[in-house]
Amino acid sequence: MTSLILSTATTYLLPLLLLLSVYLLLHGHDVPGGGFVGGVVAAAAFALYAIAHGVEEARRVLHTHPRTLIGLGLLTALLSGVIAFVSNEPFLKGLWTTVTLPVEWKLGTPTLFDVGVYLVVVGVTLMIIFSVAED
Amino acid sequence: MKVLLLLPLLIPLLTAIISLLVWDRRLQRIFGVIGMAGLLGSAVGLLRTVCKEGIQAVQVGGWPAPFGITLVADVFAAIMVVMAGLMGLAVMVYSLTSMDKRRESFGYYPLTHIMLMGVCGSFLTGDIFNLYVWFEVMLIASFVLTELGSEKAQLEGAIKYVTLNLVSSALFLTAVGVLYGMVGTLNMADLANQLAKVKPSGLVTTASMLFFLAFGIKAAVFPLFFWLPASYHTPPVSVSAIFAALLTKVGVYALIRVFSLLFTGQTAATHGLILAVAGLTMATGVLGAVAQNDFRRLLSFHIVSQIGYMIMGLGLFTPLGLAGSIFHIVHNMLAKTNLFLISGVVHRVKGTYQLSSLGGLSRSSPGLAILFLVSAFSLAGMPPLSGFWSKLILVQAGLQAREYTIVAVALVVSLLTLYSMTKIWNEVFWKTDPAEGEQEPAKTDSFGEAESSLALLAPIVVIGCLIVSIGLAAQPVFALFEKAAHQLMNPAEYIRAVLGELP
Repeated sequence: MTSLILSTATTYLLPLLLLLSVYLLLHGHDVPGGGFVGGVVAAAAFALYAIAHGVEEARRVLHTHPRTLIGLGLLTALLSGVIAFVSNEPFLKGLWTTVTLPVEWKLGTPTLFDVGVYLVVVGVTLMIIFSVAED
Repeated sequence: MKVLLLLPLLIPLLTAIISLLVWDRRLQRIFGVIGMAGLLGSAVGLLRTVCKEGIQAVQVGGWPAPFGITLVADVFAAIMVVMAGLMGLAVMVYSLTSMDKRRESFGYYPLTHIMLMGVCGSFLTGDIFNLYVWFEVMLIASFVLTELGSEKAQLEGAIKYVTLNLVSSALFLTAVGVLYGMVGTLNMADLANQLAKVKPSGLVTTASMLFFLAFGIKAAVFPLFFWLPASYHTPPVSVSAIFAALLTKVGVYALIRVFSLLFTGQTAATHGLILAVAGLTMATGVLGAVAQNDFRRLLSFHIVSQIGYMIMGLGLFTPLGLAGSIFHIVHNMLAKTNLFLISGVVHRVKGTYQLSSLGGLSRSSPGLAILFLVSAFSLAGMPPLSGFWSKLILVQAGLQAREYTIVAVALVVSLLTLYSMTKIWNEVFWKTDPAEGEQEPAKTDSFGEAESSLALLAPIVVIGCLIVSIGLAAQPVFALFEKAAHQLMNPAEYIRAVLGELP
């Protein structure tokens, strides 16, 4: 039962929702948001796409297997801890630096950790949703 | 060397990540063995450092002690991490042959690494809430491992296992909440300081009993052990073996840690109760075992029985008693894992775990029979194997503390252990094969291939040699355990290592 309205709408909604999820992820350090919420929104976007176009199509749009996302996420989180370690600080200590793009941007290892959380959440949620939907 | 404290956590995590990313069965197997070997290596390095330089502590994230999460390794924790690495490596090598392709392709290897990370984390953390988190990491991985393959019996066992462990986790969390409400800290060293200042009250006793219940379920002590024999024989044998080696021992470790560091104010009540439970656990476990007719179920009941000895030393609460407990934990991890691995080999050769339909293995595979005898005699406490010394020390500690009842129970249970081991010996190895002459095809399997049987037998032989060598060189090993027990009995050094020179 594919609905024309839903499938047309999700084609436009997917990029918008992903943009929102990245916004939530990057915003999360100071205000509500963060890796988990961002990840859930991104996973919801793909889940919506799967409802509209089928799981096969959603997997194709995702490009990689959700499992790889889990691995990458864990690796990113681990890396954020190790960066502090190799610069002679305790493991997982938050290190911050300010990058001056057109706007000033605080960049630090906690952000990197959040990116890891984001990827793991997307990976786990989609793995569950896809395998339940395919059954 | 602060990095040594982190390596036992980072190596399994990294191995799991690599396994997730490559997801190729062949590569996962190779990385699995390398990762476990790395874990063992780092653990041995940690133990050496701790022995040389005293208790090591790391403040994760640079947050100072009572506020952040601390990782601590004293000799006891380091010994446990070494044993975890050793058992992990042995079972990993064994799995190369024994694990079926289907389970491998559903992530057996990454899950095992994550579980090992949880186990090592529980041993190394110095924060009571963080201990809860590591317990969960370990449990969730173990939930999936029990269910992996979704056979009917497995799911039935898994339901019991998951339910009981969730109850235990809830109790654990409640206990942590009560404790935090009382003294306002979660760091174990700081808790020890604060609890010493609190007047003995009903609330302290309640918290200590909640911890005893929570860890008692995980360690499978009387009367909370019933989930263990109901679930441990259902998953594939390498999963059973690693569970038998590590999971209940994490519960015992937590019991020893909590009742030697935090709740030492009312030893007459708390440790008296532990001692009574120890005796009942030993007795009920072994009586349950005598009645069994399934190889692995029988062994599962023995796990319960042996847990009794491990907490007996804690109940006595003397340096010698704790040294005996630690000795028994180490000995039991070796002997019990080995027996499970042997039961797997027997299953491979004969195609069943039912004692009544087995037989004749002492003639067809005498080497295996000898390996079984070494582990079984060690478990029953025959000299000069490792189990003899651990029981000797425990009995001696019991006599010194004038706890004659528990000593009598321990000795009688030893005899019954020997009896049930003899039962396995008679049924599996000694009697003539009931299926002799008719059922040849069951035997073949792929066991004949030299390469695959090497991966199966190598861990068993190595562990067997360790059992014998610990038995023959008991003195230096015992000196190490005595040092660990000394640190447990005198928590001042532990507290100083975590909190620094603060008052």
